[in-house]
Amino acid sequence: MLIALIVFVAVGILFMGATFLLSRLLRPHRPNPVKLQSYECGPEPFSDAWRQMNLHYYVFAILFVLFDVEAAFLFPVALALGKLGWFAFFEVLLFVGLLLVGWYYAKRVGGMEWER
Amino acid sequence: MPDRFLFPIPQDLDWFALGPIIVVVATGLVALIVEMLRHKRNNAYVVGVSVVGLLVAGAMAASQAGEPAKEILAGTFLRDRFGCVVQVLMVAACLLSVLFSEGYLRQKRIAYGEAYPLMLWATAGGMVMATSRNLVTLFVGLELLSVSLYVLAGLSRTEAKSEESALKYFLLGAFASAFLLYGIALFYGATGSLHLGRVAEVWTSGFETGRSLLAVGMALILIGLSFKSAFVPFHQWTPDVYQGAPTNIAAFMAAGSKVAAVAMLYRVLDAAQPMVALWLPPLFWVAILTMVVGNLAALVQKDAKRLLAYSSISHAGYLLVALLARFKAPDVVSDAALLYYLASYSFMTIGAFAVISVAARAGRESTGLSALNGLWQRSPFAAVALLLFVWSLIGVPGASGFVGKLLIFRDALAADLVPLAIVLAVASVVSVAYYLALVRAAWVADESEADAAVAPLNAGSGLALGICAAGVLGLFVFVGPLLGWMAGPRSAEAERAPIVRQG
Repeated sequence: MLIALIVFVAVGILFMGATFLLSRLLRPHRPNPVKLQSYECGPEPFSDAWRQMNLHYYVFAILFVLFDVEAAFLFPVALALGKLGWFAFFEVLLFVGLLLVGWYYAKRVGGMEWER
Repeated sequence: MPDRFLFPIPQDLDWFALGPIIVVVATGLVALIVEMLRHKRNNAYVVGVSVVGLLVAGAMAASQAGEPAKEILAGTFLRDRFGCVVQVLMVAACLLSVLFSEGYLRQKRIAYGEAYPLMLWATAGGMVMATSRNLVTLFVGLELLSVSLYVLAGLSRTEAKSEESALKYFLLGAFASAFLLYGIALFYGATGSLHLGRVAEVWTSGFETGRSLLAVGMALILIGLSFKSAFVPFHQWTPDVYQGAPTNIAAFMAAGSKVAAVAMLYRVLDAAQPMVALWLPPLFWVAILTMVVGNLAALVQKDAKRLLAYSSISHAGYLLVALLARFKAPDVVSDAALLYYLASYSFMTIGAFAVISVAARAGRESTGLSALNGLWQRSPFAAVALLLFVWSLIGVPGASGFVGKLLIFRDALAADLVPLAIVLAVASVVSVAYYLALVRAAWVADESEADAAVAPLNAGSGLALGICAAGVLGLFVFVGPLLGWMAGPRSAEAERAPIVRQG
């Protein structure tokens, strides 16, 4: 058991090292600044990736996830409601009700407005 | 149309047994709605709704303590005496913290009404942790408690210390959760189930791979829980978080969060009873380290909240001794010492934090020991109460802390854990030095800064202090019946006998 583990680890390290060494020996070496640029769906990068984001993005992201999950949950329940019956119906109603309270709270504290 | 088509309610769904948790969660929702509809900056109704809801939930939990143990929803929840008593403790911890919150938050100009729903949901999370044997349910309860507390720790948004506290708590809490989740995944791999009851079966099966997988999974789960209970060497977050968080939240963390974490640890160790030979030695050393490091580090603290944080670490060590004694000798030792100590610790700690909350002020808050200077003149009641809590925290006869330590000491001896009993006794002696620093700051020393805060004791704080003081004394006076209630009628006789001799 232990020997098998040691052999496994050793082979893993050797294989990794050999692969890197081999590719280093075989590949051509032509440095070019364009190769180091970050690539995002075609558009050219216009600033550093570490610039500050508006904090409001996160509120929107959280609200989006919240209702995304709700939708993802409602579809399967809607399809299976015939088998699940009234108990499941009321449980889903409770679930939506809980989210509604959260939605109203977010609306009230200004989570839906972009600039404050 | 078949019957199940109309209304197929799960057969073992017992609404009343789940009642306390449902009531607390629903009260949180109602409190949030009330908070949204309230008049400007008046949280009176929010506090009122919270208090009423907590009282109802506490009564529901207490009324079920005597009923036979029962699994609900296919083992997702477990209603038994231990769970009910812990639920009552969680509710009491939340109630006491809520009582002194409003005055404190107002003084600090951060009277956001959202604090109360979050505290209620954190309590509900802790209650779930005490009443389940399903690892995923336990995890969801833990996260409900933790996520609410991350937000609450950062409640004082303009204060850098509070933000630091929230961030540190969040990062280390997430780290601990990762350990726990990995452990749960391995547990599932080993047992094919998320129910803790499967441990014994797999462990005794003799299937070697399953056994080692289970052992590693259990180890990871225990590490995650050690973070949450602040055992040494997983304690480093505690002082920073307690110091930075608003004092009422720190009180709830120190009492409620600790009770919940120890309760979950109890559930896990209870299930892992067949593996006791494996986890007892490491936890034995963790207990010794926790008691020694907690008490020694507390000696050099200059900040009242940090001092209480290290005090809470050393009390976590005493609680771990009680847990180890309980599961090393399950036939001799009952739950009584653990539950009694949890109750006593909650009252003392919340009381001590409530006294410190008189140092509240807007913006940057100083909770150095000198902030308590002259307390006996400003608020004699708070100063006397502090004396009582320190009395009890040290473990001098006359208050509940003494009985708690005595019970743990006795259990440790009964379970043949003599080194732990000795370390516990020595650690208690060492703790006298730093607890007296609190008393000295409040009664003797006069090195107060020019801006030392002078907050009058408001009604809520007074009430909370009074209840905590009554709790500390009441636990001492009514120790016999209370132990009977906590440990059940079967062991009540065995528990009562040595108590008479103490009296």
